[in-house]
Amino acid sequence: MRGDAKSMTVLSPRTAAEAVRTYAKVPSALPFAGGTDVMVGWNLGQLNGRAVLDLSRVAEWRKIRVVSDGVDLGSLVTHAQIQAHPVLRKRFPLLVAACATVGAAQIQNRGTIGGNIANASPAGDTFPALSVYEATVRAVGPNGRRGVPISGIFAGVKKTTLKPGELIEAVFLPFPDKAPTRGVFRKVGTRAAQAISKTVFAGLVWNGKDGVLTEARLAFGSMAPTVRRLHAVEGFLRGRRLTETVITAAAELLPNDVSPIDDIRSTREYRLMVSRNLLIAFLKGEVK
Amino acid sequence: MIKLTVNGKKRSFKGAPFKRLIDVLREDLSLTGAKEGCGEGECGACTVLLDGEPVNSCLIPVCQADGRKVETVESLGVPEKLSKLQEGFLACGGAQCGICTPGMLMTAHAHLKSHGKCDDRSVRTALSGNLCRCTGYQDIVKSVIKTAKGLKR
Repeated sequence: MRGDAKSMTVLSPRTAAEAVRTYAKVPSALPFAGGTDVMVGWNLGQLNGRAVLDLSRVAEWRKIRVVSDGVDLGSLVTHAQIQAHPVLRKRFPLLVAACATVGAAQIQNRGTIGGNIANASPAGDTFPALSVYEATVRAVGPNGRRGVPISGIFAGVKKTTLKPGELIEAVFLPFPDKAPTRGVFRKVGTRAAQAISKTVFAGLVWNGKDGVLTEARLAFGSMAPTVRRLHAVEGFLRGRRLTETVITAAAELLPNDVSPIDDIRSTREYRLMVSRNLLIAFLKGEVK
Repeated sequence: MIKLTVNGKKRSFKGAPFKRLIDVLREDLSLTGAKEGCGEGECGACTVLLDGEPVNSCLIPVCQADGRKVETVESLGVPEKLSKLQEGFLACGGAQCGICTPGMLMTAHAHLKSHGKCDDRSVRTALSGNLCRCTGYQDIVKSVIKTAKGLKR
């Protein structure tokens, strides 16, 4: 079956306040931003008869605001806007690199950061970067606003912890207190463009003066139902010098932090091996 | 009623607001240049420009094009007077079966207009959302690079 446009009801709020009110009135409506994922299901006839809450006219959610302690990304900011923004390019390069791997130009011009999060794919390419930058997702609903740390927004495959009536209004990226010594984003897929990831990595490390690692933030996507920070690995590395022995021992802890599966894109074994190699190469400073 | 500017002309659409942009262009406005390939945003055959940016018209309900500018391959040239880019494709054999060509042209057109780099790697990156099942990529990339060089002169 194909999508039947006549069966759809489109709700088009013009402001954020109107969007929240409309959603409260029609809680069965499907929030709709860039549509790059929703429309794939719609084209297959999976959403016929639904009401759609088209958020694309909410201009206040399309802005990137640089503030004193970070950058506030409106939920409707596209992957293309993120790549073009000078402050994001300088301060959050892993997010910029991640956005450049989401589909190709056509998708990056439409797909939004809020839609990407709300969609909650285990393979969301921006999530490892948002995770190591410790982003906060700001939700707005009938009872006001609340901030949810990125580590708490995903409940499972395609599921978020947003409450009924809540919409994502922004994603806040705090400036790190100190610039990281090194950072890497790396996606592994079947081909260079248009591929969904088999594993996707973002890593930041901070070194002290004496070569001792003061902090590591490491995250993998596509390696569990949701993006995972590598807490066991990070904890082990803190305060140690990155010698060959330490790096090997740290990589041994990877299975404590992830739980990859066999699926249409890859196998558990392949994902673990490639992720382990990627982690080792990053800690050794071999991937840039 | 939805109002949009298509290839420089003001048009209006009174049908279902969730009708896809590609279907409105092809069925209601008789602009059959954009093709539907995969219907899921992978192949780029349906690429048109929305406010100057390449997008997949199979993933956009027409209500999201309300008040905006749409450009299709029909805006580039006519058989009697092709655009420089179309001439480039003709000269370099950039088209084989032709299904991907309207999308390739629109994505390449946007890339040239944005004054993006036109070396091999940049053109391949720019066109990475457009698949050619004849796998005629070498000549497509050559067509774009040749056109870019011609425009600079």
